[in-house]
Amino acid sequence: MSIFVDENTKVIVQGLTGNQGRFHGLRNRDYGTKIVAGVTPGKAGTDVDGIPIYDSVKDAAAATGATASFIVVPPRFAADAIIEAAAAGLAFVVCITEFIPAKDEAMVASVMRRNYPGTRLLGPNCPGIISPGRCNIGITSGDIALPGGPVGIVSRSGTLTYQALYELSQKGVGQTTCVGIGGDPVPGTNFIDCLAAFEADPETKAVLMIGEIGGEEEEKAAEFIKEHVTKPVVAYVAGVTAPAGRKMGHAGAIVSGGHGTAQGKMDVLREAGVIVAVNPTEAGDRMVEIVERL
Amino acid sequence: MDLFEYQGKDFFSRYGVPTSTGVLVRDPDAAAEAAGSVGFPAVIKAQVQVGGRGKAGGVKLVHDADEAREVARAILGMDIKGHIVHKVWVEHASDIAKEYYVSFTLDRGVKQYLCLLSSEGGVEIEEVAKTNPGAIARVHIDPLEGFTEDQAARIVSEAGIDEASRAGVARVLLQLYQAFVEGDADLVEVNPLIIKTDGNVHALDAKVTLDDSASYRHPEWESYRQDMELDGREALARSKGLNYIGLDGTVGIIANGAGLAMATLDVVSQAGGRAANFLDLGGGAGADAMANALEVINTDEKVEAVFVNIFGGITRCDEVAKGIQEALGRVELSFPMVIRLDGTNAKEGHAILEGLLSDKIRVEKTMVGAAKTAVELAKKGER
Repeated sequence: MSIFVDENTKVIVQGLTGNQGRFHGLRNRDYGTKIVAGVTPGKAGTDVDGIPIYDSVKDAAAATGATASFIVVPPRFAADAIIEAAAAGLAFVVCITEFIPAKDEAMVASVMRRNYPGTRLLGPNCPGIISPGRCNIGITSGDIALPGGPVGIVSRSGTLTYQALYELSQKGVGQTTCVGIGGDPVPGTNFIDCLAAFEADPETKAVLMIGEIGGEEEEKAAEFIKEHVTKPVVAYVAGVTAPAGRKMGHAGAIVSGGHGTAQGKMDVLREAGVIVAVNPTEAGDRMVEIVERL
Repeated sequence: MDLFEYQGKDFFSRYGVPTSTGVLVRDPDAAAEAAGSVGFPAVIKAQVQVGGRGKAGGVKLVHDADEAREVARAILGMDIKGHIVHKVWVEHASDIAKEYYVSFTLDRGVKQYLCLLSSEGGVEIEEVAKTNPGAIARVHIDPLEGFTEDQAARIVSEAGIDEASRAGVARVLLQLYQAFVEGDADLVEVNPLIIKTDGNVHALDAKVTLDDSASYRHPEWESYRQDMELDGREALARSKGLNYIGLDGTVGIIANGAGLAMATLDVVSQAGGRAANFLDLGGGAGADAMANALEVINTDEKVEAVFVNIFGGITRCDEVAKGIQEALGRVELSFPMVIRLDGTNAKEGHAILEGLLSDKIRVEKTMVGAAKTAVELAKKGER
């Protein structure tokens, strides 16, 4: 099993006719993902390499029975694109767009909580989700993932998501699902959502979690793990040596006082029973040891 | 983008928030003249993008022109937590009856905005939060509903604001909220918000962080950006669209993504080295960004070796390799380079690098291995 998506998930790409949308949308299809439609207003009736384009998500969903969307549009259109997908009744929306204004993200969160509680948003500013061998929605290079489980991965940092996949795959440890939740101020899906889903997924036997400095998401995850997660968890938190008090490109990566430091996060995770590694490679090694003992 | 106080006050005035008018000056004589024009007693305030300047002696009351000149001379050039004071703001000293603290920010955990208001203003609010959390009133704001008059009235009452000042403070809170939302600020903080002896409410300070992602809808921010103070290399990096922060080690770092860049700093440190910088190429960086990054680091004389750590997702490794090729053609790089490429189009990337490899340009298979090699090279100091 996998979480959030599987081999039957039908996906619409919002922005398929753009440069990035085309590259990653077609690559996802090549991986085996059921990319069934694209959406670009004004381009209905055309196609991208055989994938039909519709004017709206509603039209695309009605014509194809899609339940998920992959949003690859510029920042100023992203908030509307997310709401459009939710309003069309899609269950799962992945938005990779970076640099969406925080106010737009907060507004989206509020609208979705109120009007579309049945839609799960992953992102924005995330690499997406891959269930190796079954479904890849986003910008992750499929060849770095290894099908068959037993490890679930959840990561707040884009490139470290790939690094985590790669570390495990190199060592012959497969993944059930790898979720990049993104580091923006208002993520649609957080660590706890993924930890709960992995805990409930019988195929997932252990979880690799990648955090970074800033915010309180790792601290909350630690509390959740203590109470609700019985499966082994290995974590790496990036930024132990990052200079304090400076913004590092992610709005999420702001260190303030003693809260949100990598060290503080590592400490509370360790207290919650998590095996904490000092770099992604060591995290992979620790996970190999756990998997060998399973 | 963190604004200086004088920029923050300009930002506030766009939304009707009352502040003191003042004059920005860069030398002691101009400060003396400015103090005369705003009227004595005047206050001279260091302009730095960091808190705690009052404690550091960066804010002083002056009573005549000579004193203004002397005080400005002492403050200009002062180092406040690593920030050198290049300019001071001169304003008329306000007659303060009461001091409050107020801020608007995003509470990420709740996914709503948060207004904090305290009658314990004018002091270290973080201390208050620790020792007397009850003294800080809080209200969450649903972005869809906005900050309502009812909420404003409730929080001023909860914060224990004097009955007579409540209406005035509530009005300023609503104005600050407008500034926060319409102005696309990540943070709007006033400490202290004062009640003057004449009863008027007034922002005596202004801490504003603007959301860089929203700059496309705020052409008026350009004037703020022009006044930003960056060291030469940071300015060069910014002009090339790179996320660069100078550090004090000898291993130059280029990575894609803030997380991987931070992890790269971590492994370099674990390999016994120190990073010379943090440089995140960002998502989807092309050949040009890579070439620019190498050029920026090439201007840093501390750098003895560079570690290029790329994991392609939206960034394509062949583009990165082309960028390295391009940089080698454009400038003479003065350091050895260790490259680690994985992910999207890694094969194509390695094929391009193949022709470039030498003693000075090496490829390593793993992140940890590359860190070790880069640290060794940096220690040899072959540059």
